[in-house]
Amino acid sequence: MRRNPVLTVLHRLAIGLYIAFALFPLYWLLKVSVTPNDLLYSEGVRLWPSRTSFEHYAFVIANSEFPRFFLNSFIVSGSTAVIVTIVAAVAGYALSRFAFRGKYWITALMLLTQMFPLVMLIAPMFKILSPLGLTNSLTGLIVVYTAFNVPFATFLMQSFFDGIPRDLEEAAMIDGATRFVAFRQIILPLTLPGIAATLGFVFTAAWSELLFALMLISGNAAATFPVGLLSFVSKFSVDFGQMMAAGILALIPAALFFLLIQRYLVQGLTAGAVKG
Amino acid sequence: MTAFVASRRRPFLQRLADASEPWLYTAPALILIVAVMLVPLVLGVSYAFRDIKLLNPFGGGFVGLKHFEALATDQAFRTALVNTLWWTGASVLIQFVFGLILALLLNQPFRGRAIAQALCFLPWAVPSFLTGLDWAWLFNPVIGPLPHWFVALGLMETPQSILSDPDLAMWGPIAANVWWGIPFFAITLLAALQAIPKDLYEAAAIDGAGPIERFRSITLPFLAPTIAITILLRTVWISNFADLIVVMTNGGPADRTQIVASYIFTTAFRRLDFGYASAIALVLLVLLLAYSMLIVLLRQSLLKRG
Repeated sequence: MRRNPVLTVLHRLAIGLYIAFALFPLYWLLKVSVTPNDLLYSEGVRLWPSRTSFEHYAFVIANSEFPRFFLNSFIVSGSTAVIVTIVAAVAGYALSRFAFRGKYWITALMLLTQMFPLVMLIAPMFKILSPLGLTNSLTGLIVVYTAFNVPFATFLMQSFFDGIPRDLEEAAMIDGATRFVAFRQIILPLTLPGIAATLGFVFTAAWSELLFALMLISGNAAATFPVGLLSFVSKFSVDFGQMMAAGILALIPAALFFLLIQRYLVQGLTAGAVKG
Repeated sequence: MTAFVASRRRPFLQRLADASEPWLYTAPALILIVAVMLVPLVLGVSYAFRDIKLLNPFGGGFVGLKHFEALATDQAFRTALVNTLWWTGASVLIQFVFGLILALLLNQPFRGRAIAQALCFLPWAVPSFLTGLDWAWLFNPVIGPLPHWFVALGLMETPQSILSDPDLAMWGPIAANVWWGIPFFAITLLAALQAIPKDLYEAAAIDGAGPIERFRSITLPFLAPTIAITILLRTVWISNFADLIVVMTNGGPADRTQIVASYIFTTAFRRLDFGYASAIALVLLVLLLAYSMLIVLLRQSLLKRG
């Protein structure tokens, strides 16, 4: 099809405008994080400070509790991602390959968990976890996040398994392998991209979770990054440079995982278009 | 099929093992969902009828409908209901319109499309607490550019944060939510656009249909089911989405940005009144169920007529 050059220019312009809109808030975060304190107020609305420094990053890494928050968040998100992916791979495989009574109800149950307000679980969850010693503990957060992410991850894995022909494991089973051996040795290696995408989605979701972490964690020892950053904001609300440096540090893992999964975004979000 | 025929001749234990196999695979997921989501859900419903305050160890007795009677006269709750409609309606509508435009723009092939797409979708990867903080800083007159731009445009007399202005405060979280949520709509709609057969457009072009006509009679009908389901799900999701409000305004000033979900969180987290928080949560659950039922009924009556 021939294209009207005016339309082409308008199209590129619109894309460029949207990219500017999408990146500007992140750019501003970066800009303030490298602005030295003495220029922070005098050059408030300049697009780039006349002098840059990494003093805020140095302070945040050396003198604050952020390294610990970072490590806590990493332990929680990493463990959650690994456990959820294993559980969801197995369950997603069953939903993709078996026709069994109860499959409809399992799917309905999982869809239901995506519809009701999770915020209503905050109070009872605290009451349940508290006598078990799982409040103020990373283990408690891992258990909660794992359960929250399993339904979506299961739908995601199911959609990846649906894309692999059944003949493969049927051939292996005719050759005498059990179904589980066929699943582990033939199907799983073929789903590696799907597994990577699921790991990325779940890691990002756990890394971002705020409300349950606020309720279940008090004190710095087990604080995840969002909890630590918010308490830092309410205590030292004038240290904008340090807060934004910490914000940029929190963004890095999420952005890395995003780059890892963004090729699968379109497939993944349509598979389980139920959750952000 | 061969497996099925063979199974008839197999001994009972073997058949039992076959029948339980899918349950073995799904058991870990089911146990987690039941133990960590359904059990607290049921417990939460029971809290709505009990006096449970974290700081009162002698509480816990049943109080019947006391919480709901209090809710009926709770002005903050009424404000939160109205705010929820406003927050959800504005967020979903703006996200949808710009998400659709972005999806249409990205659906055209051009050089560098992969990179452009990754950059456009990047906000979606930003953690919600950071999105909230970032936008609160952008609206901050000391550190952010937006108030100064508003003054330059003549929209504001002196640079100040809209987050502390009772009449404008809700636009702060809505702006952050729009920035963060457009990619979700764009991704979903882009996937639907790419599934439309290309030859339909070619055939329509040969028949002399212009771009607007092609959009109206091919693109929109193909997108309609995706649009409907995405809007339905996002409406429910956004009405429950309290992170941005908790981070940016904490419901203030004077409850002007409090939505029901953030009110539940504040009641449980700051006032530590678990009974009352659960009662509000139960009302929210019933409202969301009613909304979903309404949509299902609407869809069925539309299908019957069509």
